[in-house]
Amino acid sequence: MMDYTYTLFIPLVPLFVFLILGLLGHKMPPIVAGLIGTLGLGLSAVLSYFTAMNYFWTSHVPETAYTSIKGFEVPWLHLTEKLTIHLGVLIDPISVMMLVVITTVSLMVHIYSIGYMKGDPGFYRFFSFLSLFSFSMLGLVLATNIFQMYIFWELVGVSSFLLIGFYYEKPSAVAASKKAFIVTRFADLGFLIGILMLSFNTGTFDFQTLTNPHGPAIAQAGGVAFMGMSVLTWSLIFIFVGGAGKSAMFPFHIWLPDAMEGPTPVSALIHAATMVVAGVYLVARLFPVFALGAPDALHVVAWIGGFSSIFAAVIACTQTDIKRVLAFSTMSQIGYMMLALGVSGYGGEEGLGFMASNFHLFTHAMFKALLFLGAGAVIHAVHSNEMGDMGNLRKYLPITHITFLIACLTIAGIPPFSGFFSKDEILAAAFKDNKMLFAIEYIVAGLTAFYMFRLYYGIFWGKKTHYHHTPHEAPKVMTIPLLILAFGSVFAGFLPFHNLVTSDGKGFESHIDWMIAIPSILIGVLGIAIATVMYKSETAIPDKMAQSFKHLYKWALRKFYMDEVYLFVTRKIIFRYISMPIAWFDRHIVDGTMNGIAGITQYAAYSIKGLQSGKLQQYAFVFVSGTVILVLIFVYLV
Amino acid sequence: MLNEFMFILIAVMILVFSVLTVLTRKILRAAVYMLFVLISTAGLYFMLSYNFLAAVQLTVYAGGIVVLIIFSILLTSHLSERAVMAPFKQSLFSALATLAGATLTLVTILRFSFVPNVGADPNFNITDVGNALVSYNREGYALPFEVVSILLLAAMIGSIVVAKKEPTLRDKEAKTDK
Amino acid sequence: MIQNIPLSYFLVISTAMFFIGIYGFLTRRNLITMLMSVELILNSVNINFVAFNKYLFPQHLQGHFFMLIVIAVAASEAAVAIAIIINIYRNFKSIDVENVDEMKF
Repeated sequence: MMDYTYTLFIPLVPLFVFLILGLLGHKMPPIVAGLIGTLGLGLSAVLSYFTAMNYFWTSHVPETAYTSIKGFEVPWLHLTEKLTIHLGVLIDPISVMMLVVITTVSLMVHIYSIGYMKGDPGFYRFFSFLSLFSFSMLGLVLATNIFQMYIFWELVGVSSFLLIGFYYEKPSAVAASKKAFIVTRFADLGFLIGILMLSFNTGTFDFQTLTNPHGPAIAQAGGVAFMGMSVLTWSLIFIFVGGAGKSAMFPFHIWLPDAMEGPTPVSALIHAATMVVAGVYLVARLFPVFALGAPDALHVVAWIGGFSSIFAAVIACTQTDIKRVLAFSTMSQIGYMMLALGVSGYGGEEGLGFMASNFHLFTHAMFKALLFLGAGAVIHAVHSNEMGDMGNLRKYLPITHITFLIACLTIAGIPPFSGFFSKDEILAAAFKDNKMLFAIEYIVAGLTAFYMFRLYYGIFWGKKTHYHHTPHEAPKVMTIPLLILAFGSVFAGFLPFHNLVTSDGKGFESHIDWMIAIPSILIGVLGIAIATVMYKSETAIPDKMAQSFKHLYKWALRKFYMDEVYLFVTRKIIFRYISMPIAWFDRHIVDGTMNGIAGITQYAAYSIKGLQSGKLQQYAFVFVSGTVILVLIFVYLV
Repeated sequence: MLNEFMFILIAVMILVFSVLTVLTRKILRAAVYMLFVLISTAGLYFMLSYNFLAAVQLTVYAGGIVVLIIFSILLTSHLSERAVMAPFKQSLFSALATLAGATLTLVTILRFSFVPNVGADPNFNITDVGNALVSYNREGYALPFEVVSILLLAAMIGSIVVAKKEPTLRDKEAKTDK
Repeated sequence: MIQNIPLSYFLVISTAMFFIGIYGFLTRRNLITMLMSVELILNSVNINFVAFNKYLFPQHLQGHFFMLIVIAVAASEAAVAIAIIINIYRNFKSIDVENVDEMKF
């Protein structure tokens, strides 16, 4: 049995970097801060690759299942016999995969940020927050029990808040960071309720005990029923609510578009590749419980994922801010991942959806980070986020152009890029389980290709040749991560995921089902073709289409008025009918009681004050009458 | 017969003059009434044949303290000025308290039957009293005697210090001028 | 003991004198008259001691000597009180007890 204690350093190195940069960063020249951050992440990345090599190949006995190993665990908070919270490191296929994803993307973002954030007065602060985030995310994926995961979940939320609101002098950025934190915190309420219900009914927090298919946990909790569904189902639905908040699933998605107020490397790291997949990771982590104990919860997961993906795809077709398009694209792709988990079964071939979801998570991290970093390079060159200010950039930004194109082809699902392989597996899993969901996802695949290429043509083609100053290609420190991520996007599809990451640890035979693959390639090509016709050269077709579908266009442009709905609910209903009475109660009754007590004390003091009047005869009078009364009581009445 | 008559006379004098002491408006008259009270008390002691005690009462109380009080009255107030009496409410409440206390005490005393000692009654003369005062055997009172003398010393020194005249500003100026 | 005069007569006198003294202490405004009331109280106590000594314990002298001590204490206390009153007169220019109420809230 391999000793995995060294994995403890994978999250701890970024934590030390955060502390060093946070406390001493203002004293060092910015480039040193950047280098310290990057080197720390680099060390974590090397350790992660080493762990992956070890776990998946070197120390693995062939033909056996991959088991989950606790690399390290200490009891942290011991309250009672049953209620003990441990902190530790759990090594199993999905956590090792996530280690590789997180450290790779974070390292790329670090290198990129050295160039992108150059000259910003908060340079060292940025790197310290990035390290904090890396620490939190790594701790989340390595959690051995659900409570540790909750702790790091909240830490990730805090890091996201700090990073979205990085430009804290911009009111829109501050508002966006607050929105993100509050919405995810609200969803985390559901998460906490779910945790408590689950652990109360199964008696444990620990993942290994909970997810043991032969263990007592699933059967135990599955027995108790409440309002038609078992307690286990209820608790898993609540836990999924928490995951939906972090992963920007409908209806908790409202924070993701606004989170684009943060610097672009932040969007690449947090809101594309790592934090938003935390919800997917949560469901994957608890997947045996979902699949074996509460299949109804899996239905909820699948349908919410499916709905979110088509919802986001429709909106993305109309947005003009390039980062917003990418944000909705992220929401759509995560919907894919959730759906894949939702239609999956457990064990061997049945677990195709599980494998496909994780595969897509892996590839999506690569190409979405690439897309965001490329968008960052474009924004860096043009100094604007709007598509209207861009055009014809393929002449000025060659490397960015090529890498962006590769990423767009990947997301559209064109072979031999990695996106094709992962999306195909998801479609195959959906087709086997639920034809309706398959149909939705099929349409979304087409829409994805369409809006991504609309974006691509809008940025890099078209006739715009007037720029205030000629846009220049990004410096090497920014383009090298683009190239590395492009390399990953192209070749990651060939990884044998069906042997490495499966629902029960055992590998299974998998092949490309051409019955599904060919239609998906076709609809991808169709989407690209329509986009080419409409957007490659500036034509009047988009405007005419917008005119004919006027209402749908307006609704999609306004993100289906979800923000307005939320504002209405909070302002008119919650504020007026719940918050204001509570505020009135607090001000008048609670404060009134306190003031009343103080007032009574003051009044009593004023009244008693008279006893100390300084008048000798008054004192003597009290003395005499008191003595008389006391004598009366003690001699005659007692 | 004579005993009772004398006793009633002395008792009436005591009570009447003490009431007058506390009710009169003129201060010097109050001092004189008090003098009469003290003399009557001394008479009471003579009746009980405690001669030494009566003599001490007359000397110290009637002779010393009353003189002291008269001196201080002369030093501190205008003789012809009529003293202001307390407001009605205060007198009422004080009277009530006093009456209550008096009733309580009287009831308690009168209900208790004191058994007088009908044994021998050695009339102590002054020699016996003197011997008892300075002897330090079981019947001696040397220790209280010494303690009281220390108390008197302390009181003397204390009153001198308290009543000493502080040098006023004019005296200070006069000193520095020299 | 005196023939035909029971002990309770003396006690009644002393009680009356005591409470008259208390009334005077509570009612009079002049500090010196208050002092005189206090002397009345002490005197009544003296009568009490002597009466008990004579009627209940004629062969002992404790009451006798205690009365002497009480007289000595009363004298010293009167002296100190006069000294204080003179000081108050110097500072306040009057010896009304209403003026001596500085130690209050």
